[in-house]
Amino acid sequence: MTLKTEQKQPPKIGEDQLGLLEKLCNATAVSGDEQEVRQIVIEEVTPLADAVRIDALGNVLVTKRGQGKDRLRVMLASHMDEVGMMIVKKHEDELFQFELVGGIDERQLPGKAVLVGKDHLPGVIGAKPIHMTTKSERKNKIETSSLRIDLGPEIGEKVKAGDRATFATRFQVAGPSIIAKALDNRLGVATLIELLQHAPENIDVLAAFTVQEEVGLRGARVAAYGLNPDLAIAVDSTPAYDLPHWDDEDENTQYNTNLDCGPAIYIMDRATIADQRLVHLFIDTAEEANIPYQLRQPGGGGTDAGAIHRTRSGIPSISVSVPSRYCHTAAGVARIVDWENTVRLLYATLNNITRDLLTGERRG
Amino acid sequence: MKSLVQRLVEIPGPSGFEYKIRDVIQDEISDFADEIHVDALGNLIAKKGEKNTHGMRVMLSAHIDEIGLMVTHISDKGFIRFTNIGGVSPFTCIGGRVLFMNGTRGVIGIDGIEPGQTPKLSDLFIDVGVSCKTDSPVKVGDVCGFERPFLDLGKRWVAKSMDDRIAAVIAIETMKRLEKTPHEIHFVFSTQEEVGIRGATTAAYGIDPDVGFAIDVTRSGDTPRPRSKMATALGDGPAIKIRDSSFIADPRLVDCMINAAEESGIPYQLEVLEAGGTDGRAIQLTRSGVPAGCVSVACRYVHSPSEMVDADDVENAVKLLVKLLSEPISL
Repeated sequence: MTLKTEQKQPPKIGEDQLGLLEKLCNATAVSGDEQEVRQIVIEEVTPLADAVRIDALGNVLVTKRGQGKDRLRVMLASHMDEVGMMIVKKHEDELFQFELVGGIDERQLPGKAVLVGKDHLPGVIGAKPIHMTTKSERKNKIETSSLRIDLGPEIGEKVKAGDRATFATRFQVAGPSIIAKALDNRLGVATLIELLQHAPENIDVLAAFTVQEEVGLRGARVAAYGLNPDLAIAVDSTPAYDLPHWDDEDENTQYNTNLDCGPAIYIMDRATIADQRLVHLFIDTAEEANIPYQLRQPGGGGTDAGAIHRTRSGIPSISVSVPSRYCHTAAGVARIVDWENTVRLLYATLNNITRDLLTGERRG
Repeated sequence: MKSLVQRLVEIPGPSGFEYKIRDVIQDEISDFADEIHVDALGNLIAKKGEKNTHGMRVMLSAHIDEIGLMVTHISDKGFIRFTNIGGVSPFTCIGGRVLFMNGTRGVIGIDGIEPGQTPKLSDLFIDVGVSCKTDSPVKVGDVCGFERPFLDLGKRWVAKSMDDRIAAVIAIETMKRLEKTPHEIHFVFSTQEEVGIRGATTAAYGIDPDVGFAIDVTRSGDTPRPRSKMATALGDGPAIKIRDSSFIADPRLVDCMINAAEESGIPYQLEVLEAGGTDGRAIQLTRSGVPAGCVSVACRYVHSPSEMVDADDVENAVKLLVKLLSEPISL
């Protein structure tokens, strides 16, 4: 396999890209109601695409055809939904009971500012002031069912059961870093949009902006069935547990990924064993194009690839993610350079895909 | 058949990395199948026979992957941390030996944990005999299986991947001995069963069979104080699966298999497993549904490096399948 070097202008992360990421991160799109992000996506991709359609579950499926014979059909998948909360019931006029949507650690909740519903109505998850707690009380976490979102009069009247809520964190650039909520997976959404701006001609790009990943990879399953691609790449954000162990001399052996080390290529998570041909394609491309990369530690977690590769008669799949700290909390941290290198690696790898990628030796 | 068993069980091939075993099986069956192909997830699929008016499209599935370990981290001093591929218990690892796909061999050690504490996989590490990371012949993402030679105890055979290479042997022997059949049979040597019956899921969709059977090992209840009471025992014949925790076999197929056994005087037993799952579930839930059953081989010490089966059970499983597939299947 010969690797082509970049001939066109490669993608870069500048003001426009950060501005788009800001809009995406600040939007509310909790699993099952991704409308706010879907609107932004449709606006951005329509001028870039040959076809855009929205399927039964709300996935946005975008086709950008290439040129030439025997082109492979490559699905790129990034989920639009984020973990969050859903209003369950009104207790008194201004206090609302809520449930979690997707995996959030309950200990993250007390005292957080939240935004409720399409209008982003401001509220607070009440926490008892410290002077009113006892020492033993402070040892235990508070169950979600005992917490309430406090919205106050006037505002509270506009909220009803079923409304979704997110943490109120607003996007910020802080030197080399981005601080925001929902970096998992607005980074992926922004990446796919950027790749559509620089779509390669050697393949057909089938970009799927999926729904309901956080509650069981549900959108991806039907999107893959509908698109029936030749291969798939899930683009997500993955935890970096890369803080050092201060307490003892042992090295941190369970970091998953590290910040500042580039895009994370998956070999295996709980949902998918990546197709080895795709693993080698990404690694070879990164080495040849001198793009920093890391291997995500094999182990837990899952991405849309988990649903995609098991669809129909099977679809060779892999995931590539931007590392970020504090996933699924109110504020995550990622490095702009890691995001840029992820976009660069995907761009270079897509350009290196040839028809015989899937006819050669399996290696797995 | 014994030498085929020995050859197949000793090849490393954890889920996702079945290429070595697939190549060996492909060579073994090339003269006996009408058509062979490898699908998107690496399933080896061999077609044999043509469907006549009394026949059906039958899928048979034996998984060729085994449980294993994947490297997650190599310390500065060359010690290797890992995660599991499939259901691996820390108890079966301690002091064990591994064989990496690239040929490297190693030993599994354990951190000093408190007495009385149950070991976790994260307390274990692999030692390949180097003293620093830069000398290590393996890297993050590399994969190994457990290593133990095949042991012939006469009536009983022992090896580290009877689950499910013994089924691959049974499928191969069935293919070789099947002289005539009314069916179009797709023998699937499936991948990634141990991590969630993934290969069989996509193979079944692609084949779209009328009926399907998995071949797998099952636990036995014949050792001292077994964890769960089971009637299944080594030497009582191939086990016709009634149910396990993921799948209820189609009762018509259970009857079909019982009749086939009784007509030919093949010993058999009935299996009720309160745990576990096999490719049978994947076949059953494909598309609009497929009647599915499973032929099991009773096995002691499943998911340990020394799984034990009865040689006559294996031979009788082949006989049962040959008889079953030589005649129409009535539903």
